[in-house]
Amino acid sequence: MTKDECKKLVLDIIADIAPDEDLSNVKPDVRLRDQLQLDSMDFLDIVMELRKRHSIEVPEKDYIQLASLDSCADYLTPKFDALAGKS
Amino acid sequence: MSSSRIVITGIGLTAPNGNSLAEFRANLLGGIAGIERMEIRYMGSQLAGVCHYDALRHQKKKEVRVGTRAGSISIYCAREALADSAVAWDAVPKDRVGIYIGCTEHGNVETENEIYNISKFNYDTKFWSHYHNPRTVANNPAGEASLNLGVTGPCYTIGAACAAGNMGLIHATQMLRLGEVDFAICGGVSESIHTFGIFAGFKSQNALATHDDPKKASRPFDKARNGIVISEGGCLYTLERLADAQKRGAKIYAEIAGYHVNSDASDYVLPNPTRQAECVRAALARAGLAPRDIHIVNTHATATPLGDIQECEAIRAVFGEGCPDTAINNTKSFIGHCMGAAGALELAGNLPSFDDLTVHPTINVDDLDPLCALPGLVLNHPRKMAEVDTILNNSFGMLGINSTLIVKRFVA
Repeated sequence: MTKDECKKLVLDIIADIAPDEDLSNVKPDVRLRDQLQLDSMDFLDIVMELRKRHSIEVPEKDYIQLASLDSCADYLTPKFDALAGKS
Repeated sequence: MSSSRIVITGIGLTAPNGNSLAEFRANLLGGIAGIERMEIRYMGSQLAGVCHYDALRHQKKKEVRVGTRAGSISIYCAREALADSAVAWDAVPKDRVGIYIGCTEHGNVETENEIYNISKFNYDTKFWSHYHNPRTVANNPAGEASLNLGVTGPCYTIGAACAAGNMGLIHATQMLRLGEVDFAICGGVSESIHTFGIFAGFKSQNALATHDDPKKASRPFDKARNGIVISEGGCLYTLERLADAQKRGAKIYAEIAGYHVNSDASDYVLPNPTRQAECVRAALARAGLAPRDIHIVNTHATATPLGDIQECEAIRAVFGEGCPDTAINNTKSFIGHCMGAAGALELAGNLPSFDDLTVHPTINVDDLDPLCALPGLVLNHPRKMAEVDTILNNSFGMLGINSTLIVKRFVA
């Protein structure tokens, strides 16, 4: 999986949990919270949807890795690749 | 004494047959019911009263996604009531506003949804939603309304089974009189049709209505009645002390005349006509009215074979003799049983009678049960009245809670 593909999967999740937001111009290097109306419960939603949709676990100590699209991609892409390698 | 006089200044509602008072009233006078078929989890197609209000009129998509149906109904009704009241909302001190919402139950919908959700994941509770607790706390409907409206005063629900709608108004009246708040948003809501448990429970009780024609299914007082049609809905009012309402030149729908709440202490589900009659008499006494002074009695009757007879016995005991000008009707025949919203919605459906001097009927009575043949019953067609100055609204609930609310035409 490329990092861009990973960002797309994260944005798909955000589109569902923040349906009022315009996601057409999310800056990948800026904290999601600084450009979108997202609160702590929304980040738990992201964690839950990663678990439900993609069987990816994000431990609490790593939540900070979900701060921006870039950090999401850096953190999650190896996890997606590891899952793909298993199957 | 103006500080003890409480008046209704705004109404917001959603019912299975209308999303505003005007639409609701027109359908009540036009004989138009709002019952349809709905797929219920594990149970298939069932009869239900479904509301079709536009949630996005007052909520963002995210609010709808995160919140509950009861919360959404509360927000819709509260916003509509505020608009109807024409209060200058931005200038109202929000810490002096109370929100009091009656509920039959709350939390079942979300709990059922979450159990269904984790059933898709082999019942692994790590898939249980982090929203479950804020969605299921008993104050959720009022809490969601407080968030939407920015109200920082006391906002909570009142659990009183199907007597709850009246209880919202009664509690608001008390809090205004105590000076605890200066402005109240109150009434009742229900999201019950979104839980299979209430359908299954009434079916196990042999108290769930069936009929080939959904619009004929809710038939209180008819010989062929066979149970309750479960409905969702909501109705919230703005209540104010008379002096405050007059100061801002508010439109006044009615004045709270009297109320009473009591308990049967006799059975989990069977009503007690003796206690119901006591409740009605005590409300009359508080209002300083005699039975013959009441022009409209709106019954609670839910179309269960026994419950209707029990209520008729209570009404006959109070209004049976010497009340030639008292009309008796039932709103559930149009909208089914809106549970926690029932009392509040049914009162709203009758309030326009002060202006049009017309009593909406009880529909679907093709063959009146002789045991329900109360004098004054308005059957199938509206009735014109010489005068309508008082309305008495009954709402009763499981575990034997009874509420009676009396409103009167406002006369300065």
